[in-house]
Amino acid sequence: MEIIGMTALELAEKIKNGEVTVKDAVEAYIKQIEEKDGQYNAFITVAEKEKLEQRIAEVQQGIADGKYRSNLAGVPIAVKDNICTKGMKTTCASKMLEGFVPTYDATAVTKLEEAGMIVIGKTNMDEFAMGSTTETSAFGVTRNPWNTDHVPGGSSGGSCAAVAAGEAPMALGSDTGGSIRQPASYCGVTGLKPTYGRVSRMGLIAYASSLDQIGPVGKNVEDCAALYQIIAGHDEKDSTSLKKTVEKIDDLAMASLRGKTIGIPKEYIGEGTDDEVKSAILKAVMIMEDAGARVEFFSLKMVDYVIPAYYIIACAEASSNLERFDGVKYGYRNMEAEGLHEMYKLSRAEGFGEEVKRRILLGSFVLSAGYYDAYYIKALKTKRLIKEEFDEAFKKYDCILAPAAPTTAPKLGTSLSDPLQMYLSDIYTVAVNLCGFPALSMPCGVDSKGLPIGVQFIGDLFNENKILNMATAYEKVREDFSCGKFSSKNNRDKEPVQNILKIKQEGEV
Amino acid sequence: MAKQYETVIGLEVHVELATKTKIFCGCSTRFGGAVNSHTCPVCTGMPGALPVLNKKVVKFAIALGKATNCTITQYCRFDRKNYFYPDNPQNYQISQLYLPICRDGHIDVETSNGTKTIRIHEMHMEEDAGKLIHDNYEDCSLVDYNRSGVPLIEIVSEPDMRTADEVIAYLEKLRMICQYLGVSDCKLQEGSMRADVNLSVREIGSEKLGTRTEMKNLNSFKAILHAIEGERERQIELLESGREIIQETRRWDDNKEASFTMRSKEDAKDYRYFPEPDLQPILISDQWIDEIKAKQPEFQPEKAERYKEEYGLSDYDTDILTQNRHMADMFEETAKLCGNPKKAANWFMGEVLRTLKDKAMDPEELTFSPKNLAAIIKAMDEGKINQGNAQKVFAQVFISDVEPLAYMEEHGLMMVSDAGAIEKVVDEVLAENEGVIADYHNGKDKAFGFLVGQVMKKMKGKGDPAKVNEVLKGKL
Repeated sequence: MEIIGMTALELAEKIKNGEVTVKDAVEAYIKQIEEKDGQYNAFITVAEKEKLEQRIAEVQQGIADGKYRSNLAGVPIAVKDNICTKGMKTTCASKMLEGFVPTYDATAVTKLEEAGMIVIGKTNMDEFAMGSTTETSAFGVTRNPWNTDHVPGGSSGGSCAAVAAGEAPMALGSDTGGSIRQPASYCGVTGLKPTYGRVSRMGLIAYASSLDQIGPVGKNVEDCAALYQIIAGHDEKDSTSLKKTVEKIDDLAMASLRGKTIGIPKEYIGEGTDDEVKSAILKAVMIMEDAGARVEFFSLKMVDYVIPAYYIIACAEASSNLERFDGVKYGYRNMEAEGLHEMYKLSRAEGFGEEVKRRILLGSFVLSAGYYDAYYIKALKTKRLIKEEFDEAFKKYDCILAPAAPTTAPKLGTSLSDPLQMYLSDIYTVAVNLCGFPALSMPCGVDSKGLPIGVQFIGDLFNENKILNMATAYEKVREDFSCGKFSSKNNRDKEPVQNILKIKQEGEV
Repeated sequence: MAKQYETVIGLEVHVELATKTKIFCGCSTRFGGAVNSHTCPVCTGMPGALPVLNKKVVKFAIALGKATNCTITQYCRFDRKNYFYPDNPQNYQISQLYLPICRDGHIDVETSNGTKTIRIHEMHMEEDAGKLIHDNYEDCSLVDYNRSGVPLIEIVSEPDMRTADEVIAYLEKLRMICQYLGVSDCKLQEGSMRADVNLSVREIGSEKLGTRTEMKNLNSFKAILHAIEGERERQIELLESGREIIQETRRWDDNKEASFTMRSKEDAKDYRYFPEPDLQPILISDQWIDEIKAKQPEFQPEKAERYKEEYGLSDYDTDILTQNRHMADMFEETAKLCGNPKKAANWFMGEVLRTLKDKAMDPEELTFSPKNLAAIIKAMDEGKINQGNAQKVFAQVFISDVEPLAYMEEHGLMMVSDAGAIEKVVDEVLAENEGVIADYHNGKDKAFGFLVGQVMKKMKGKGDPAKVNEVLKGKL
């Protein structure tokens, strides 16, 4: 079997057994990047050859010595470019941090290193993780490997495209309002946003501190579960990191949907959701019911307030978090400026892109005197009400099922002209961040254009184990799925979609 | 008759806490050090760095709050204060606005008109900024982040003070409380205590507060005194000439002995405060507060009372000895070791304070070992050293904490009480002064004194006077 075709766990197993060397594994992916990335632009930086060679030798030796015993030892990994890597450029896809080399590793990166994984490069993203298409990157757009005329989604578009294109077996992304789940859906890969605080944010360049969370992107659920277990855990360097012990993930080979209850917010498959997305979700529901799950519809009345609450909180925090980029200590500085204030103004005006500036302005406005209570405080109250509604639902359901996005990947160049429309496309993902819930996005079909559709498993706080098990159980009975291919193995696929929709809506809603 | 004005003053006092490490990272808080040597990604605002609260800071704030009769906010939180300046690496300061840790306290201060209560509005925890260094040669500014992230407590009083004397009394009381608690050394010159003065004037009898100004950059009690006098006069002059007082922040210039406008209320910044999302709210249990309260030291008034009772010292002495906790501790230790509190007190009131004054030092800077001073006192009691030499030895103890007996031995400062040695000198003196011996036997009392003097002179003052008398009497 080709190295590129293996899952990360399979690759690690072969490395452990000596069937594949660490060098072979890394070189196979580097070759893929060299050959394909000109087309996709998933990477901003690829690891320096010399450093990579040293690391390969060190890991190979470490595996032999028993220093690296994790089930992903020897596996190459791509890291989103807003996660600090010591000695390797970390740009947040911004001119502001072009050429910035961190002096320390993010805790998540340290954990990868300690597990014997090899960081092969840094992936493209929306500038400072602000965007849903990876088009706001200062270093060029990333293209969707399924169809290069389309966006990969965002902001972790580079990480998801890299995995979809076979340029990396797995990747780290970050998710503030859907930034792992939405691009995973657009690129036909699997991504997990863990419970807020599960993975240390130390070294993750903050967009919105109370919402940001690092998570895994992989070819399938099992790979994500393995990577999640490596990066999760309390970190005393992050005060918002959870002290709660990370639950061990059950043996996923035994995963089953039998007896599980699933709730679907009917607002999530209503108006505004593309019919093809709707039917793919409902088809997935039928498959899950066949596998023994009980599915019900319920109503989320607060749904209309999710986007405004999210953008107020996220932009408020962002406006403050991005103040440190001022041209004084590191990053871009306008050298012609006369005096301090002009230097601040010009450096920030030239260093930041349009979308970042828009969010800084929005955030500064909602925090300014006289508006703080009307916007920010109200948004926090709204957030609490949204959480209460979800809490009610979790009393009844093991997990909540939802599309990851209302449509499949849009064409390049069609989203940024209407930012409000772009913000609204985050409708199914942002509530999860506001409430801190874990959620996983995985492929459940393709549309008539041949673009993948993703389904989200949303769990209650700390319930990563539960959603990973349910997602794995679904994955077993779902169609085979890999980039560019979608072969049917389930007879539900042959049923006319419209019929399913009709039955579901009349019967349950 | 000219109008009579009253000055209304409130203070914002910043106290730098004496923690070993900074408020949000593990860097040292030590004063000095090479530029940017006490820094890390957190206190230099590197991308991705996160703050972790130093629990000691909360502990100190609670201790100070309890010592000043404040209510502790048991669910408190940090907020971000956003403003751009290069000494502030994140361009926001982590401070407290909405839920400060202490509120509604008060302390009593002694003034020339008796005891006065000054109310404390609130106290909050925050981080200090770095320092800008202007390089005139290169015509650029550089930043030193060694002070960035050093913990501060800001103590905001109510506008309860009326005179500069009351202000100084309040500051001295705060300083004493902080020093007793060990939460800060409160040195104005080094900036570990800083006071901003809010001042307004109003006609005596008026209930309404006048428009106030805030004065910054006051680095000494002298500057505070002068700034208050100057600002009072400036405001009265404006009112008398029918002009308006503008609410503004003024900067005191020590060289010019005057204050100048920094910014008016119209340019007041909008700090866009909001809860710091990188830190969890702080939950302070009753138990924690009780534990801290139980460990509070004996404060000055109780200590002074005890010294009077236990040691029988005067009001004046106890008051002076207890002004500084470090000095009081040293005094007590010395008293215990030498077994003579009164003599120990005399030494502190005399030699110790005089030496401090001569060297322009603060009691906080005393470093000699109480056991060494106790040894000097004992040696005097035992007649091993005279007053003059004892002072010489103490001077060395003060500077380099020498072991007194060894030093006395080495430098020949011991009293000679060896009978043989004294007899030898007495014999010499008697042989040289036959006439005086005759006078003595003729009943001239002065003659004996003269002979003792001669012996002492020959012995360079080191003869034990009692022994000399005894030997001389015997021989005569």
